[in-house]
Amino acid sequence: MSAHFVSDRLARRRLRHVKERVIELALFLAACVSVITTVGIVFILLTESFTFFTHVSLWQFLTDTQWTPLFADAHYGILPLLSGTLVSSGVALLVAIPLGTIIAIYLSEFAPFSLREVAKPFLELLGGIPTIVYGYFALLFVTPLLQALWPSLPGFNLLSAGLVMGIMIIPYVSSLSEDAMRAVPMSLREGSYAMGATRYQTAVRVVAPAATSGIAAAYILGVSRAVGETMIVAIAAGMQPNLTWNPTEPAATITAYIVQVALGDLPHGSLGYQTIFAAGLTLALITLFFNVLGHVMRKRFRQAY
Amino acid sequence: MSEAAKLENIRKLIAVHKRWDAVFGLVGLVALMIGVLTFVALFVDMLIDGAPRLSLDFFTSFPSRRPGEAGILSAWVGSVLVMLVTAMAAVPLGVAAGVYLEEYAPRNWMTDLIEINVTNLAGVPSIIYGLLALGLFVYQFGLGQSILTAGLTLALLILPIVIVATREAIRSIPGMIREGAYALGATKWQTTADHILPYATPGIMTGVIIGMARAIGETAPIITIGALTFIAFLPPAPVQPDPPFLSFEWLMSPFTVMPIQMFNWTSRPEAAFHHNAAAAGLVLVVMTLSMNALAIWLRYRMRKKIKW
Repeated sequence: MSAHFVSDRLARRRLRHVKERVIELALFLAACVSVITTVGIVFILLTESFTFFTHVSLWQFLTDTQWTPLFADAHYGILPLLSGTLVSSGVALLVAIPLGTIIAIYLSEFAPFSLREVAKPFLELLGGIPTIVYGYFALLFVTPLLQALWPSLPGFNLLSAGLVMGIMIIPYVSSLSEDAMRAVPMSLREGSYAMGATRYQTAVRVVAPAATSGIAAAYILGVSRAVGETMIVAIAAGMQPNLTWNPTEPAATITAYIVQVALGDLPHGSLGYQTIFAAGLTLALITLFFNVLGHVMRKRFRQAY
Repeated sequence: MSEAAKLENIRKLIAVHKRWDAVFGLVGLVALMIGVLTFVALFVDMLIDGAPRLSLDFFTSFPSRRPGEAGILSAWVGSVLVMLVTAMAAVPLGVAAGVYLEEYAPRNWMTDLIEINVTNLAGVPSIIYGLLALGLFVYQFGLGQSILTAGLTLALLILPIVIVATREAIRSIPGMIREGAYALGATKWQTTADHILPYATPGIMTGVIIGMARAIGETAPIITIGALTFIAFLPPAPVQPDPPFLSFEWLMSPFTVMPIQMFNWTSRPEAAFHHNAAAAGLVLVVMTLSMNALAIWLRYRMRKKIKW
């Protein structure tokens, strides 16, 4: 009877072990979804782009100065979309980097505790507003405002899209930069103050240089957000591809083009349908480059102390 | 140079530096104010344009060719249903993945690979998820432009947010809790399910709410999968009067969501439609802001309350 009791307990224990293993496997599979997603993205972008590049040479894609895949006289040059993306991102960064950096320095080194406690969640809220709402704001508030100052500005332009995008990116830049500056050890600040430096001198000449790689990582995250931002530019910058470096002109970005095609109904499998995957692949490669760069920067910033 | 003049010079130098200090303090405040004022301008502008349109009818009417009669019924119902699918998929998957990475994962190349993927996916532009869904869900799996496709797409999009929040919540639980459970003979899963997960719940909730707030305002991936913008009907109801009472037909139904409806109205030339867009935007902003505020409040309360 006691033998039976023991084997019963052993059996229960074995069952428990099996159950533990099954659960671990299930959790592992859930964790693998992220890997599968990445594989899915790479697979879809590469296969559809591959069919695209059997019709259009890579050389033509990179050097043609027109992007008119939906016209009878089709041209497949990514340059106009690239210029629109770069100009709108450039404007956004001209807003977000100075303002974001100043806010980060101010919140980390100057602001009283109570202000910081209020300002940080507020900035988070600013980053949580849907981009479609920012797009509405850019088209129907910022553009008319700019037109009042500058009557020749067209209704769709890269400038107001870029400005609003810049405001949207501020929280990303400021919060990561601030984290980097707060990670700078107190002893560096104390040393600086002991030498008679003011707060401004300490912030700009001691804390900010010590946090450089973290701040750079914040900038890079901002760049990758700006390049991938879709709705603001799709609404406020117009959707005509336009090879220009002038922010006051209307132009399409890579993302805006994808939206434009998706709004129409191109048949699945047509060359026009494949163009959005080629454009998407270009966008993914650009953001991947910046993400990896940012990752390397952050690694360095962690090793600093 | 006399001693007095030297002293005077030093005093001047100090005064100059102190002035710079004050100037920067002001500049910082101004920079912060630019953010605040933009938000105020955005909100007030939408309030002026949109508030007159906000009435009960606006919430109970379908979109229409006549701007005065158009409403957001199909849009908010669509948003709620899509969010339901997103939550059902993203929360279990994200929490399970977070638990695995924090509690179970061995230190090997597979774990590194998963971690790199999670970090990387958080930086992928949302429109790329739309392309993935278009190629994979819509055409390869044949799910069409349905609520299911949209919900799964947004679930993949917010998965990194849920995973990171779960991991951070679990990491903040001290090791002695686990040791206590193990000392009483609990297995790993018993420890996780009975101790780790309950204590991590507020942190996980914060991440889930922030993720859902992001998903509800996300437009680009939904447009990319080719969701229709003019939907004047509701998906089949999930609860039926006859047995078996539950129906899943709505999963495969065409749909529209709040941001798409707003985009549609914003891109019309008539100003009357812009007022509808403003009203829809107002609803959307209030929804996302209150969700974010809830998350921030949860986090704040957690930080104050929990002392291990």
